[in-house]
Parts: sequence; C-alpha cells; structure tokens
Amino acid sequence: MKEEKKKTKQPRWSDLNLTNEKLIKMYHSMLLIRRFEERAAQEYGKGKIGGFCHLYIGQEAVGVGTIEALREDDYIYTSYRDHGQAIARGVPINESMAELFGKVTGISKGMGGSMHFYDIEKGFMGGWGIVGGHTPLAAGTAFATKYQGRDSVTICFLGEAATNQGVFQETLNMAELWKLPVIFICENNGYGMGTAISRAVAGDNLYEKAASYMMNRGAVNGMDVIEMYREISKAITIARTEFKPTFLEARTYRYRGHSMSDPGQYRTKEEIEEYKKLDPIETFGRELIEWNIVTEADLEKMDEEIKAEVLKAVEFADASPQPPLEMLYENVYA
Amino acid sequence: MQLSAFMRNNFFTEIMATITYIEAISKGLWEEMERDSSVFLIGEDIGVFGGAFKVTKGFLKHFGEERVIDTVLAETAIIGAATGAAVVGMRPVAEIQFSDFVTTAFSQLVNNTASIHYRWHLSCPMVVRLPSGAGIHGGPFHSRNPEAWFFHQPGFKIVAPSTPYDAKGLIKAAIRDNNPVLYFEHKRLYRHIKGEVPETEYLIEIGKGDIKREGNDISVITYGSMVHMALEAAEVLRSEHGVSVEVVDLRSLMPLDTELIFSSVRKTGKVLVAHEDNITGGIGGEISALISQHCFEYLDAPIQRLGSLDTPTPYSPPLEEFFLPNTKKVVAALIELAKY
Repeated sequence: MKEEKKKTKQPRWSDLNLTNEKLIKMYHSMLLIRRFEERAAQEYGKGKIGGFCHLYIGQEAVGVGTIEALREDDYIYTSYRDHGQAIARGVPINESMAELFGKVTGISKGMGGSMHFYDIEKGFMGGWGIVGGHTPLAAGTAFATKYQGRDSVTICFLGEAATNQGVFQETLNMAELWKLPVIFICENNGYGMGTAISRAVAGDNLYEKAASYMMNRGAVNGMDVIEMYREISKAITIARTEFKPTFLEARTYRYRGHSMSDPGQYRTKEEIEEYKKLDPIETFGRELIEWNIVTEADLEKMDEEIKAEVLKAVEFADASPQPPLEMLYENVYA
Repeated sequence: MQLSAFMRNNFFTEIMATITYIEAISKGLWEEMERDSSVFLIGEDIGVFGGAFKVTKGFLKHFGEERVIDTVLAETAIIGAATGAAVVGMRPVAEIQFSDFVTTAFSQLVNNTASIHYRWHLSCPMVVRLPSGAGIHGGPFHSRNPEAWFFHQPGFKIVAPSTPYDAKGLIKAAIRDNNPVLYFEHKRLYRHIKGEVPETEYLIEIGKGDIKREGNDISVITYGSMVHMALEAAEVLRSEHGVSVEVVDLRSLMPLDTELIFSSVRKTGKVLVAHEDNITGGIGGEISALISQHCFEYLDAPIQRLGSLDTPTPYSPPLEEFFLPNTKKVVAALIELAKY
C-alpha cells in the first residue's frame, strides 16, 4: 500500500482541496468521538449515566466526513445515535457529557439525555428518539431554507432500519417532488438492534430504495472519512445549486452493541474483528503518517490530550448540579 | 345630521359583516398570510382543489404555490415537514383533511412536535387545522372528535371555536402563538352557523373561555358544536320551565379557563359538562374532576356529563342521531339537574 502511494506521488485526496490542518482536524474529530464514547461507556458502567446510551464507535468516519464538508449555516438532523455527529459539529464535550449525566449544564439541560442532543447555534437540529421519525423534519427545514431564499443544506442521518418505516418513503417522495436541498445519509451498520439487514430489507442495494423516486443516490464506504467527504461534497453541490436531494448509503459498522444492554449475541467475534481491521481512525492515521502530515508521536500526543479533555468533561458533568425540581414545569410552552 | 347618519350607517356595515363559520376561518387565514410571509399552508388538496371543504378556495391564485402547498397523501410527512419548517422561522398551517386522519401523524405530533420546546427551548410555532365532528353522515372514519387524545399530551395548545367570531379570532391567535396549536373546526358548523364578525382586526386570547349566555340556576360547560345545542336548550328551559341556564363556551381546551368554569359553577351550583366527543375518556371527565375538587362545597347536585355514546360513529343516519348528543338530550339532562 505504501509503495503504491509513492508511485502515485499524490495522496488520494489531492483533488479535494483539503489542507493539512483540515485533514488533522478530521482525524482529531474522529478520535475525540471515540474517546468520548469509550469514557461514556465506562461512566455508564459506574451508573453515572442512566437509561439508554447508543454508541457510535466504528462509524466515526460517516459523521466526520459529512460534517466537515458542511458550512456553518447548514443543518443536521440525526437519529438517537447522536453523540458522534454532535461532537463532529463542535457541540462542546463538557455539555455533551453533562447531558448524558442528566445534569442541568447539559446541552439539553438534562431534559433529553443521550438520544436528544441539540445545539441550534451550530445548526445541530438534534437527535430524535423515534426511529425514522425525524426524516420529515429534515425535509421541512430544507423546505424552509429554500423558501427563505437561503442556499443552506440540510443533512439527515438515519440508520438502515429506519428505511423500513413508512415515514421514510413519504419523506423521500416529498423531497424529490419538491426539489428540496436535503441529503439523506443512511448509516448502514448492518444491524437494526439485533436484526441483520439481510433479515430486514428486501433486495441487495439499500440505496436503490431511492430509485423509485428517481433520486440521486449511491453507496459509499462509510469506514473511510475521505470517501465520505468526497461523496457528500458532490451531493452538497447538487443540493446547494440545483435544490435536489440525494440519498447516500454509507456502509459502516458499529463495534459496540445497539445500546449498553446489548451483549451482541446475534453476530460473531470474528465478524467484529474483521471490521476492526478497517477501523476508520487507525487507517486514516496511518495514511496521515505515510504522507508525512503528522508523525506517530503527534498522534500519540493528540490522543493523550483528547483523553485528558474527555476526563475533564467527566469531571465537569460529575460536578454539575442536577436540574432543580421546579424545572419540571418550565418550558412545556414557549 | 344627514352626513353623520350616513357615516354611522356605513361605519356599522363596514365594521360588522355576517359571515359563515367557514368564511371566518378563511378570512383569518387570509389576513395572517397577507400580514406575515413566514405563514404558509400545507395539506392535501388545499391548493388547486381549494380544500376538501373549500376553506382555502382562492388562496393558491392569490398567494402562489410556494405558500399554498398541495401535498401527497402522507399526513406523517405533512406534520413532520411543518415541524421542521417551524423550528427554523416559519409559521406553517397544516390542514389534516379530516381530523380522523391525524392518526397517521400521531407519532410526529405527540413525540416530536409537542416536546421540542420542553427538550430544547426551541419554539415550534405551527397550527394544525383539524376539521372534526359528526352529524354529516361521514361514518366511522370521517366523524371523529379526537381532541382528548391530544389534551392528554403536554405541549399543545388546543382550541375549538363555536362561532364565526371566535373562529376568526382564534385562527389568527393560533398562527401568532409560538407553540404548536391544534385548531379543531367543526365540519357541521362550516355552513350552518353564521355570525357577525368585525372587519377590523381582533384576536382572541388562547386560554380564555366565553359566557355565551348568562344564567343563574345551572351551568353548561361545553365547546364546539354543542355550544349551539346548549343555547337552544337554555332557551327551552327558560320558556318552558322557568330555569335560568348559563352557557360557558370554553373555546380553548388547553389551557383550560378553569377560573371561568369555577366562577360559573360557584354561582349556579349545578353543572352539566357536555361535548360531542364520546363520554369515556373525554375532556369532560377531567373538567368534572376539577369542578369536584375545587367547587365541591358549592355543588347542589352531582355533576352531569353528556356526550356521544361509547361506540364508533355509525353511518346509518338514525343510528348516528341516536349516538350523538342533541338539543333534546341537553334539555333532558338540564331538567334532571333542575330537580335537585
């Protein structure tokens, strides 16, 4: 692989206008998500985090590759597996960890928890707890920005199991019919909870679900942050200039269970190990070293810094107060 | 003198017009769309067709297809899209063709729309118009009064006007409200009810009821179509039985105007809670509980409730008539109460 690259003399992203700083930021963002969630899993084990906690580990390239291609005035909707995209968008990790802890300093003031991160300042329009339920909202936001004469794009992340919901089909039809600047990124991680996609979706290529609407569509390697960035950038251009939607199937894999209570008995250890060889962070880190963009020592230092930062987020969350009881009645109405 | 009489006559004809309930809704929508370009309409057959009941007839031509959006038959996507537009600065008014069909959008409304502000302090200013009610031989899937389902879900405001005046004032207030407002408009009232409506602008505060007829002996707490039955029954009670009946029109179901309810009940000591929705699990149960809790020492009789019978809505006209509350049933309930 190394020799092959030397032959070409140019990195595979040379057509993408990516600065070294941007490439390093992409790596940093993926690693921050990974370390944040590993720590979240530990804190869940200690009972500091309650309820549900769905980890993104393994899928980091999808969120980061997509979000790094966006502008600040773009919008992002996602499902309940939302920590990764939030962090990729720059939602602060202190407030993110505090939300997992249910504290008043949390990004949703402790009212949402793991599945309901949100930050309007960053156009992060939230994690949504009902599978597929957020898809029409993304279309609505795309409709609004078009109506308002803006060229913003709305991203809608969803899992592959969500494509079996009726609302998904209703939304795709509307999005194409009305030429909305929305991009659906289906994170196909192979399993809807414990149900393998082969047992849940008829047909081979998930992205062909968009075919009946003649929607721009395709599949992309979701374990590769550069490929994600490349394909999303094309879709963004189409959305921004032609007001047309795209459906992209990002083929990825989650290493952890569906949620914290899932021992993963529906798949083999060998399968997980095979995917770990394609790990989006490790493979990208190796490439950055090979192209002399960073050194191994740089990455190790970055990792140490991130771990310390995450630890501080845990301390922040732990030290933060619980929401006062009177908050229960606040904000039912605007 | 002649000039001032001329002006006065013209003044009055100018400020008050007698219009139907459906025209009042249309006028309210029209005025708000003229006033605020962030208001847009979204629904099935509301544009080219003008709406199943013609509430939005003529809107497409005047406002254009960007603001009067004919959708596919997909209520989930309609409500979802309206919600997604509302959170980024729009004020959508979604029409659910028959309120029965809101069932397909139930998850969107109760999970997504109703909780946005609670989760994130983000306003979701949208209106869902819900043509509801029976008495038009619509059968089981075109006659429902589903307000109680949403009454149970914190996060909505709910209104149900009974007159053209209230219909116009409430649709305008609903559009300007920063919360999701469910606007229940009764299909049978559309063209059966006429009333005076000022030409000048006015709003009706959401959460405020209205005494539609003052009385001293019995209170009827009601809303929507049953306000008219209660008014007819009150006249029968006065002329044939010498009983003075007060008719409280709630207008808003959420928030409820409990002060108005309690003050009326404390005055009369007898109360009938009536709605067209069927009795069991209806809003009347909650109102009865509140009255019993807050006005117990004022009550001279057990709280009575009247509503549709606890079955799906039958198509058969005689069965539908048997199923629905009507003026006679209100009169009978009031006579029973008067005996205490």
